[in-house]
Amino acid sequence: MMCALYEALAWLYLEFQVSKKDVLVVVGNGMVGQYFLSQCANSELHDRYEIVTFCEEPLFAYDRVHLSEYFTGKSAEELSLVEAGFFEENNMTVHLNDSVTSIDREYKTVRSRQGITVQYDTLVLATGSSAFIPPIAGHDRKDCIAYRTIADLDDMLAAAKTAKVGTVVGGGLLGLEASKALKELGLETHVVQFAPRLMAAQLDETGAALLKSKIEAIGVTVHTSKNTTEIVDGEQCQHKMLFADGEALETDLIIYSAGIRPRDELAMQCGLEIANRGGVVIDNHCQTSDENIYAIGECASWQNQVFGLVAPGYAMARTVIEHMSGNQSLPFTGADMSTKLKLNGVDVASIGDPHASTPGAIVYDYQNGREGIYKRLVVSEDNQYLLGAVLVGDADDYPTLSQYYLNGIALPSEPDSLILPSRSGEAIGLGPDALPMTAQICSCYDVSKGDICQSIDNGNTSLAALKADTEAGTGCGGCAALLKSVLDCELEKAGFEVNTDICEHFPYTRQDLYNIVMVEEIKTFNTLIHKHGQGRGCEICRQAVGSILASQWNEYVLKKEHLSLQDTNDTFLANMQKDGTYSVVPRMAGGEVTPDGLIVVGQVAKKYGLYTKVTGGQRVDMFGARLEQLPEIWRILIDAGFESGHAYGKSLRTVKSCVGSSWCRFGVDDSAGLAVELENRYKGLRAPHKIKFAVSGCTRECAEAQSKDIGIIAVEGGWNLYVCGNGGMKPRHGDLFATNLDKQTLIQYIDRILTFYIRTADRLQRTSVWMENMEGGLEYLRSVVIDDKLGIGAQLEQQMAVVIGHYQCEWKTTIEDEDKLKRFRTFVNSDKTDENVIFVEERGQVRPANEQEKAKLTLLETA
Amino acid sequence: MTHWVDICDKADLQADSGVCALVEDKHIAIFYLEQEQKLFAIDNYDPFGKISVLSRGLIGDIQGQVMVSSPLYKHHFNLSTGQCFEDDSVSLCTYDVRINGDRVELNLKGAS
Ligand code: SRM
Ligand SMILES: Cc1cc2nc3c(=O)[nH]c(=O)nc-3n(C[C@H](O)[C@H](O)[C@H](O)COP(=O)(O)OP(=O)(O)OC[C@H]3O[C@@H](n4cnc5c(N)ncnc54)[C@H](O)[C@@H]3O)c2cc1C
Ligand code: SF4
Ligand code: FES
Repeated sequence: MMCALYEALAWLYLEFQVSKKDVLVVVGNGMVGQYFLSQCANSELHDRYEIVTFCEEPLFAYDRVHLSEYFTGKSAEELSLVEAGFFEENNMTVHLNDSVTSIDREYKTVRSRQGITVQYDTLVLATGSSAFIPPIAGHDRKDCIAYRTIADLDDMLAAAKTAKVGTVVGGGLLGLEASKALKELGLETHVVQFAPRLMAAQLDETGAALLKSKIEAIGVTVHTSKNTTEIVDGEQCQHKMLFADGEALETDLIIYSAGIRPRDELAMQCGLEIANRGGVVIDNHCQTSDENIYAIGECASWQNQVFGLVAPGYAMARTVIEHMSGNQSLPFTGADMSTKLKLNGVDVASIGDPHASTPGAIVYDYQNGREGIYKRLVVSEDNQYLLGAVLVGDADDYPTLSQYYLNGIALPSEPDSLILPSRSGEAIGLGPDALPMTAQICSCYDVSKGDICQSIDNGNTSLAALKADTEAGTGCGGCAALLKSVLDCELEKAGFEVNTDICEHFPYTRQDLYNIVMVEEIKTFNTLIHKHGQGRGCEICRQAVGSILASQWNEYVLKKEHLSLQDTNDTFLANMQKDGTYSVVPRMAGGEVTPDGLIVVGQVAKKYGLYTKVTGGQRVDMFGARLEQLPEIWRILIDAGFESGHAYGKSLRTVKSCVGSSWCRFGVDDSAGLAVELENRYKGLRAPHKIKFAVSGCTRECAEAQSKDIGIIAVEGGWNLYVCGNGGMKPRHGDLFATNLDKQTLIQYIDRILTFYIRTADRLQRTSVWMENMEGGLEYLRSVVIDDKLGIGAQLEQQMAVVIGHYQCEWKTTIEDEDKLKRFRTFVNSDKTDENVIFVEERGQVRPANEQEKAKLTLLETA
Repeated sequence: MTHWVDICDKADLQADSGVCALVEDKHIAIFYLEQEQKLFAIDNYDPFGKISVLSRGLIGDIQGQVMVSSPLYKHHFNLSTGQCFEDDSVSLCTYDVRINGDRVELNLKGAS
């Protein structure tokens, strides 16, 4: 014993003799532990302390709140909360994959599983909690898994490969989230709830019943009032759950999500005070019964309460930072447990006291049976203040209601006007202007309206700048809409006129112009500028209008009225290169090309001396064609069956494919076939920016579909659709939009998404930026496309049908029109060629000569 | 002293767009504003990109001054004066150009 201690002290001496700093040890690198460290890094504590942390899991802290997104394609790296180099840059020591196993409060040391001992001056426990596993016989059988860590999810994924039926124990928030995951993994899904209703803590009976019916409607079976007594071998499935009422349920996989248990085992081992219902007891400064030890996050119990949300944990972390810096000014005073979330596609929210347990409370209910909406307000006896609320089926009122609740704002005289549908069209609800400066807008990072106004005053007048400056909106994201409305309101008050005009010739945005063109059925630029603009236009509005007209009416882009609207590339149907020559890119839909096609391409390139390259878009590009050669080249290509590849247009470029099931031994479906079909469907479609697709035949993803505007992956149940990804300057992974689609639905969704993009995006905005700027983001896009929330689905499809119906190969039309061909002369008055275009040879092909080479060659010529 | 050179047919012009003419080894861009029935002529050579392409640029106006935007790197040039909007030190030559009957004529000596 003495010997071990001596060893430990010797090690300590070595490790810390150089620094005279005090040592701060943080046990647990979960969400709250990491937040605490990042706050330390930003404060003077970082200079005062040598900081050491222990991370039990094999991964640094990650975003548990969004854990379920691991199933829908988020990787562990994407979920990580620790920026690369964080520990090194801040001189913190981290022991990954190692946990603290004991604390010696007398010698102030902690000892780890891997045998490391560290002496601390201050200790912070951030050990979180674990999933509660009911102590019934058979609870630890194979494939009975908790829902808490990435490792758990990996186990679930592995088990789901062979499982047919999955059951979640627990019908609370997390349980329902887990059931969604099982459903998405394609299992027959059950939820077993001990209480008589779902989300017993947050919902009243009616709300819970509605939620149950909605969840059952999407195919999850809910069993309430079920007390599991034992898990035994099943007959059809791996397990059979036996219930106290004599019934039973067979299942292959069991997920425990029936509540949390604070990880207080270390605190117990070293004799800290533990609360009756578990958790390390803390005071208002988050100090435990030992003044050198703090506890924060889900392992802590404040006034006999454990908080199972991140925001209170973050608040505790801030309290400790302040307290360690010698301030008592930021005590922890409890937390709001209001929640809003989407469970299996159903909006649910609960605020304050939903059960009306406050004496004298008045209840207002609204129920809409047809649309499946239920709303309940719980109001104080004097009808003045909001005490609680429940929203199921439509939670749009949540931001407003929670502001009434959190800030004690006096209710309107008819409080139910807040939840009744506003059929008169008059706006109700709480404008951001009505909020007091102290109103907390972002609970994750405790950002008040005052903080936001201050940041706006300091010049952060865009949403992105505001988020970066205040952190508001960067946690759970729940406050995003409110944040934006505060920003807009403040900007408006400050007299900012945000100029969104497209250019000096039109006092409109691209969207406005689109609507004008659509509603007034305008077909030419001249009509539009005469009616709605001024001057002669410029390259910005001409191109934008050219694109709008093409998207809406899809007339031949070189028609006389449109010719002057096309960007240089569009106007000659080819991309201009650095030396003024052009590239020629025939379409090779899906990347497929026949040997005969390839031979023609080779012959053309040879005949005209073109540099030939396989592009990043799975086709062949020929470079170095002079203006006057373009029509002849295209005539040959078109005769051989090729079409324009629209490499020059802000339009559909390529649909990349992999060989898929026709050849590949892993292929699940015919990805190449679908790619060809889609490319032919959308070719020529003009859009605010270029659009790229890809289709992969299985999740190995050889076509890189997740980096495309529209990405499709074949899975056992159909096609998974990803949207709004791109490579380029700022790469963005696509978001999983819908799963297991049949081809017809897939095409219907793509039609709707693309038309909606074309109608509403800004000029030169790729789908990624469009979606990121769209209020409500992916969810909103889903509601428009899948739920047809705006009722325009059919219209969007119809417009796409019109565009597709008007497709023509522009090169074909052009070479058949003598008058158009006249434009492809280098000089109107001479057959000479441009003497500035000079090629040299490199690796057996041509390339434009550089300045020195040109100078040399001209010298030779004149010599 | 004037010296009008015959260039092309009026029908060879491109409405609200440009063509390039070769006059005594010079590349000259000729633009045609159809509605206003106005013609402009200016050097075709883009001094920034060092290639002969201005006739292929988009035209329009900046604060009422008629301009062409180079197809290469989008520099703007005033069609009446040749002045580059982005760089004071760069100015291109402009030329007198007219329609005479059905023909387009250019006056090389009237260069400014
Ligand atoms: C030829 C090619 C490179 C190659 O040698 O492989 C190429 C060449 C050009 N790319 Fe690209 N890109 C090519 C594949 C790509 C890819 C890869 C892909 O499609 O899988 C990307 C990244 C994927 C993406 O777009 O999401 C790509 C991202 C860009 C970007 C950045 C876009 C962005 O959102 O950040 C630009 C600039 C732009 O469009 O504003 C660009 C612009 C260009 C332009 C048009 C620049 C220009 O104006 O001169 C180049 C001229 C093409 C020409 O003359 O034909 N190119 N470019 C590829 C042609 C593909 C095709 O067959 O059509
Ligand atoms: C699926 C899911 C969905 C959720 N959704 C939401 C939501 O929508 N909103 C919300 O507010 N909250 C949500 N939560 C809760 C939220 O994730 C927690 O409140 C938060 O993670 C608590 O942070 P923590 O640091 O206290 O605990 P944790 O994040 O659990 O971190 C504790 C860490 O300490 C480690 N540890 C434990 N003991 C030791 C030891 N002795 N030595 C070293 N390391 C140790 C653990 O392994 C763990 O990594 C969700 C949780 C889950 C599981
Ligand atoms: S994505 Fe799958 S099907 Fe396509 S080539 Fe790769 S492994 Fe084969
Ligand atoms: S409330 Fe979670 S990010 Fe603002």
